Amino acid sequence: MGAIGAGIAALGAGVGIGLIGSRAMDAIARQPEAVGDIRNNMILTAALVEGAALFAIVVGLLQG
Amino acid sequence: MKVEFKKLSILVFALAFSWGMLLAQGHGQAQEEHGVETEQQGEHGGEAGHGGHEDGKYDPVGTVMGHIADANEFHVWKGVHLPLPVILYAPEHGWTTGLSSMFQHGHVAVDGYVLNHGRVNRVADPAFPKGEAHIDGVVAHKVEEADGKEKDVYYAVHEGQEYLLDPPSTVDGGFLGGRITSFYDFSITKNVFTMLLAGLLLILLFSAVARGYRKNIHKAPSGIQSFMEVFFVFIRDEVTKPMIGEKHYERFQPFIMTLFFFILFCNLMGLIPFFPGSANVTGNLAVTMTLAVITFLVVNFNGKRDYWEHVFWMPGIPAWVKIILTPVEILSLFIKPFSLMIRLFANISAGHIIILSLIGLVFLFGNNGQSVGGAAGGAVIGGLFTAFMNLIELLVAFLQAFIFAILTASYIGAAVEEHHHDEAHGEAH
Repeated sequence: MGAIGAGIAALGAGVGIGLIGSRAMDAIARQPEAVGDIRNNMILTAALVEGAALFAIVVGLLQG
Repeated sequence: MKVEFKKLSILVFALAFSWGMLLAQGHGQAQEEHGVETEQQGEHGGEAGHGGHEDGKYDPVGTVMGHIADANEFHVWKGVHLPLPVILYAPEHGWTTGLSSMFQHGHVAVDGYVLNHGRVNRVADPAFPKGEAHIDGVVAHKVEEADGKEKDVYYAVHEGQEYLLDPPSTVDGGFLGGRITSFYDFSITKNVFTMLLAGLLLILLFSAVARGYRKNIHKAPSGIQSFMEVFFVFIRDEVTKPMIGEKHYERFQPFIMTLFFFILFCNLMGLIPFFPGSANVTGNLAVTMTLAVITFLVVNFNGKRDYWEHVFWMPGIPAWVKIILTPVEILSLFIKPFSLMIRLFANISAGHIIILSLIGLVFLFGNNGQSVGGAAGGAVIGGLFTAFMNLIELLVAFLQAFIFAILTASYIGAAVEEHHHDEAHGEAH
């Protein structure tokens, strides 16, 4: 059960980080001069999304 | 041509690293067999049958977990171990100190302490002899737990008698087999040794850089100083200034830089597969928890009135929402450092596990030394994938240090920010 839960969490985080990346690419294409700011905010947001996935993984580990 | 040479040298380095890892784990394999040997010796002494690996088969999970775990001795090369100081305390017995070489790799028990798979364990049984005692080995029994999971419980064999071994306690909450135990281990372990080494390297490097800044006032930087200045400017302009704000960033710049460089150095030393590196420091929950707790304290001790107001009584929303939001905000105070802790731990451990699993392919394909062709195939495939993974891990080492620094900076930024709500809203309208 834990493995399935972790898998679903990874799926959700994958979609989330994929969306962040795709929108960041759009934004960079539109405003190449803002690439530094966009990159930083992209990494920050991706890290926050990843945090949610990591909580799910921890719960998965605890449940075994 | 120059670029080509650079690319080539990066590839050669990555391959050399993975090769070093191969050798390192090759020894791990030999040691595993050695461990099996003693376990079989133990079988002569004790009457027990043991779980899983008594037939000398390669156990990938056990080997990988053994390599990412902390240890009380530092394996250097083949049979050479760097003995590390052990400082142990048991409430009913007092202090025991010495070097890890006194355990002779698990053949001698000192005051009831036994070296089991690199970690000091303790026999709590009062019948076990105090002082030095020869033991015939360590045996493992599989025990089924209440939730259906199997767990290895280790016993030391002394004169035909089996004694239960208490593993060292860990703060991992039982994730990695830690539990409450009968003794305290304050030893300089492999991880502690590597952390001290990283600290020493940082002190040497940054005192050299500081000398440069003292010498080159109003002049262009020189030597190592010009190499590190890129990092300083990057952290100032990309991390602290935008996240903390012009007014306060200078106060927190040293803290953020210390976090960044300490995590970076520990990550990079973890990627070196041989002696001074190879310890999984930032992939250890205790280490990342300490870093996260320091961040938690720095953030909350610097919290301004506005910050606490936003935590306990968020302005600008209806009262019934505040009642729901306040517990969530209080929880999030703790969730933020918790996610810092888990993120660093999970990323670095996962990287180490992947690399070790790829190296493990050599032994898996080699069918435990039976098939040379399989081992060669595994070496080629595993080596190439490991070289690739090492390059990814190099990126992750920088990225995780950067993420830890930038998230800490953003939490500090939220804590020291002064909002001026009414004015801001007034301007917006």
